[in-house]
Amino acid sequence: MQLTLGPILYNWAPELWRDFYFRIAEEAPVDTVVVGEVVCSKRSPFFAEHLPHVVERLASAGKSVLLGSLILPSLARERRQMAELAQTDGMTVEVNDVTCLAHLQGRAHAIGPFVNVYNEATAAFLVRQGARRICLPPELPLQSIAAIAAAMPDIAIEVFAFGKVPLAISARCYHARIHKLSKDNCRFVCEQDPDGLTVDTLDGESFLSVNGVQTLSHTCANLIANTRELAAAGVGALRLSPQQCDMVAVARTFRDVLDGRCDVGSAIGVLEQLYPQALFADGFIHGVPGHVLAGKGARSAPGPGAGMVDSNGRFGS
Amino acid sequence: MELICPAGTPAALRVAVEAGADAVYCGFRDETNARNFPGLNFSRDELRTAIRFAHERDVKVLVAINTFPRAGALSLWHEAVNHAVEAEADALILADIGLLDYACRRYPEQRLHVSVQAAAANPDAIRFYTEMFGVRRVVLPRVLTVQEIAAITKETACETEVFVFGGLCVMAEGRCSLSSYVTGKSPNMQGVCSPASHVKYEARNGRIVSRLGDFTINAFEKDEPAGYPTLCKGRFATEHGTGYIFEEPVSLDAAAILPSLRDAGVTALKIEGRQRSRAYIEGVVRSFRAALEALDAGMPVETAALARMTEGQASTVGAYRKTWR
Repeated sequence: MQLTLGPILYNWAPELWRDFYFRIAEEAPVDTVVVGEVVCSKRSPFFAEHLPHVVERLASAGKSVLLGSLILPSLARERRQMAELAQTDGMTVEVNDVTCLAHLQGRAHAIGPFVNVYNEATAAFLVRQGARRICLPPELPLQSIAAIAAAMPDIAIEVFAFGKVPLAISARCYHARIHKLSKDNCRFVCEQDPDGLTVDTLDGESFLSVNGVQTLSHTCANLIANTRELAAAGVGALRLSPQQCDMVAVARTFRDVLDGRCDVGSAIGVLEQLYPQALFADGFIHGVPGHVLAGKGARSAPGPGAGMVDSNGRFGS
Repeated sequence: MELICPAGTPAALRVAVEAGADAVYCGFRDETNARNFPGLNFSRDELRTAIRFAHERDVKVLVAINTFPRAGALSLWHEAVNHAVEAEADALILADIGLLDYACRRYPEQRLHVSVQAAAANPDAIRFYTEMFGVRRVVLPRVLTVQEIAAITKETACETEVFVFGGLCVMAEGRCSLSSYVTGKSPNMQGVCSPASHVKYEARNGRIVSRLGDFTINAFEKDEPAGYPTLCKGRFATEHGTGYIFEEPVSLDAAAILPSLRDAGVTALKIEGRQRSRAYIEGVVRSFRAALEALDAGMPVETAALARMTEGQASTVGAYRKTWR
């Protein structure tokens, strides 16, 4: 099972953005890294100067690098960017909208979680068009994941396994709206919320997160308790989506569980410490509401089949 | 411009046909269509009879098979396509790439439309569907301005259909999992959004609280009408204040901008509301038929009757005006 670091979905300060990836390149046990702005094209210029260095650093560290395309391109400028992206030499694009597919013309690419791949027929069609990896939409239940993976044995099927879940995209910018600004004159207020702006219900219960034109879950997906089921279902990679927590340590924790160096119960404890404000959830893969923690990922409960752990936290039999 | 009207039942279809629809759209009574509500939609026999009725009156029937087929269960969707073609549907409205591929290969002569659920929002995305599947028309997502629609119709030969009245999605359609996050049921998979089965109204301290699944979506004072808790149109709070963060409980009414839509090169105008009553369908269809006749005659378009049909809700022209964003 491989690990993929998904694109940063939030508006992070350019230097922090760059340094985040430099550290990922040096230290994170991830196989693939998706870079580039996928949510709002207005943010891209801020880190454009750092992008080539980041790509180079990641590639020389042996990571496979994918360039993420915009989720909802509509302006002429955005369409030009997508056409250019599709033609980037020596780089693989992760397609987040069919706009990009129209330009790829059969070139090898990856499919991101924002393209609606709900079944094996759609997956097969996209593979015929040049898709080599497919990250499935986060709302898919395990049964669907397994059916798609079974039909596509030669394709890396990836599942969204950690991070607040992207739930919706709009032409309207909610950050601008909440700050009583227009989208065209948004003053980039989304930079104030590098982990998303929490939306509460009127009862004061945390509910969703706003990230410009994107709406995410308030809960943080965490499938670390489900890696065996996912592997058995034919999943080839898990996606970790950057949040404001130590993502290097998050990646190590997933790697440790996958390699049998750490049991699920301890790993959940580690993740809770790494991202203490997070409320973990895994409802989507269980076919229940996405905000629910339905599986064995509950606090401190050991996962099914988790073996004994010795005093060094190592996985025994 | 063609007038495309919703029908949730055979009776509503007859009403829409007689009230002046150019085409009626409907779906099968199962999870293959995005209005999979209890008591709604058509059996295979009903569809066949309804299409015959419409064709005798020179009205087209478009069949929506616009959810995303469940992995491992494609046959239900394939059969829906087969039955719609056999019943002589004038077009199939599809969203899923795999299903479009199936339909265009199996029935190369069948007219295909891209559903709004595919959220094809620019000429390149539309080109993907025309080149890959030979689609003839795209139903545009409700995220575009009139100027953007005009640019699309200029750049592509594909016909365009736009929503002009009824429900308003504030998120790009077909790319929203808010409902399944809260209820486990989604428009893409089960064909429902914020389903009534998960709605509760509670009285709390003299207020009515509307809930969807485990979450409070809104709260109303005694003299305030308690609206349906569609989750993107609820009242929520952030550190910057409380209010309708995503959208007010408004519905779409683009009657006032029909001339601009015509000038933008739009082929067809679509009324949302397969879940609506016959009386509602009749009123809205008649009003739009009159509006289109006025438009063709160069007369001012009468919009007051339609404004009354929004059922006490405020209305908006939505994303068609850029300031909406």
